[in-house]
Amino acid sequence: MTSPSIVPAPAPQPNAHVEYLLRLGDDRLILGQRLSEWCGHAPILEEDIAMSNVALDLLGQATLLLHHAGEIEGQGRDEDALAYFREAVEFRNCQLVELPRGDFAFTIARQFLFDVHAVVTFDALTRSSDTELAALAARSLKEAKYHVRHSGEWMLRLGDGTEESHRRVQRAIDDLWRFVPELLASDGVDVAMHEAGIGADPVAIAEQWHVLVREVLERATLTTPNAVARAANARGGRTGAHTEHLGHLLAEMQIVARSHPGATW
Amino acid sequence: MSAVPTREGVLALLDQVMDPEVPVLSVRELGIIRDVEIDEAGDVTVVVTPTYSGCPAIRVIESDILEALHGAGLRAAVRTTYSPPWTTDWIDDASKAKLKAYGIAPPGRTEEGGLVQLMRARPAAQCPYCESRQTEVRSEFGSTACKSVNWCRGCGQPFEEFKAF
Repeated sequence: MTSPSIVPAPAPQPNAHVEYLLRLGDDRLILGQRLSEWCGHAPILEEDIAMSNVALDLLGQATLLLHHAGEIEGQGRDEDALAYFREAVEFRNCQLVELPRGDFAFTIARQFLFDVHAVVTFDALTRSSDTELAALAARSLKEAKYHVRHSGEWMLRLGDGTEESHRRVQRAIDDLWRFVPELLASDGVDVAMHEAGIGADPVAIAEQWHVLVREVLERATLTTPNAVARAANARGGRTGAHTEHLGHLLAEMQIVARSHPGATW
Repeated sequence: MSAVPTREGVLALLDQVMDPEVPVLSVRELGIIRDVEIDEAGDVTVVVTPTYSGCPAIRVIESDILEALHGAGLRAAVRTTYSPPWTTDWIDDASKAKLKAYGIAPPGRTEEGGLVQLMRARPAAQCPYCESRQTEVRSEFGSTACKSVNWCRGCGQPFEEFKAF
């Protein structure tokens, strides 16, 4: 049977400014949701509280960033519409943040890699010509500095701790390394936003990130992995290609809002 | 108060609105009231800056502010601003003394330093119970985002510190 040829409609030109804000917001929304899975399950009470606090900060940052994205987009979508009523292919987060939480070492290692990226990025964005974004970045930077202290100190404890903790956190870093290139990657959106004075310089961000991460890994007696073969690197999250894990996360995160649209409590 | 609101009158009302998480400090003492605007029609706008991005208290604070002003017969609204970002440096000494009397170590000066500053760079918190400086931070994240959990070696008590932010 021959199917009629379907000519796809030309994809609408994405608004780079909106895309940029969605990437920032979605990274935090998805990681905040992931991290909140530890609530009630962390190894010690202080850690349970700390991870819930960090998750709440991330969700708060996501709320503001997605709200701003909706305003710039001008289609009447607010932060809730963007969080609860988009499909997985419409999410713009990198794949690093959607991976299952793993063990405690994996969670901490992922937070650390992300937190370093966050402080470097927010620091740069305090100079954004988008004054709303600059204001959000200034405050988020203060929060992110506490986040990276938390994850960074744990990297030291685990890396320079017992044989078991060292082995687990080294394995986590090794497993996560192929998701790093996507976190640091830049495409037309990043370049356009940087040139417009809105976004951070992706090249400078990547350089700073490597220096800061390497410094802590060395102190933690951990080995910085070698770059992974290009074909093995994660890619596609920024344009909606995700791992199977995102769909499951969204199902849990979105079900109440979708089952009871417009509900208030 | 009279039908025509004054800035002083509004501020006096705001002095009565307490932070829901730290009820010894008013919203003014917390430093989150950035401005009060009164237009020609007598409509009041209170400009508020939130503390942490994820602080769940902010909506309660906003509704408490509106309740206080509406209760005084004013037409009032709250506007949120994020710039400049809130800092604990806006909490004055008298308010810090109230925090201490309540059992929360007041915030010290905000930390300087690099983007990745592992290990607390600010001085150890002073125990609000025995005033010992021989204290250690157990976690930078306490019962709320704005507080750290500390332990006093002097009197053996745990206590919270309002984090420098």
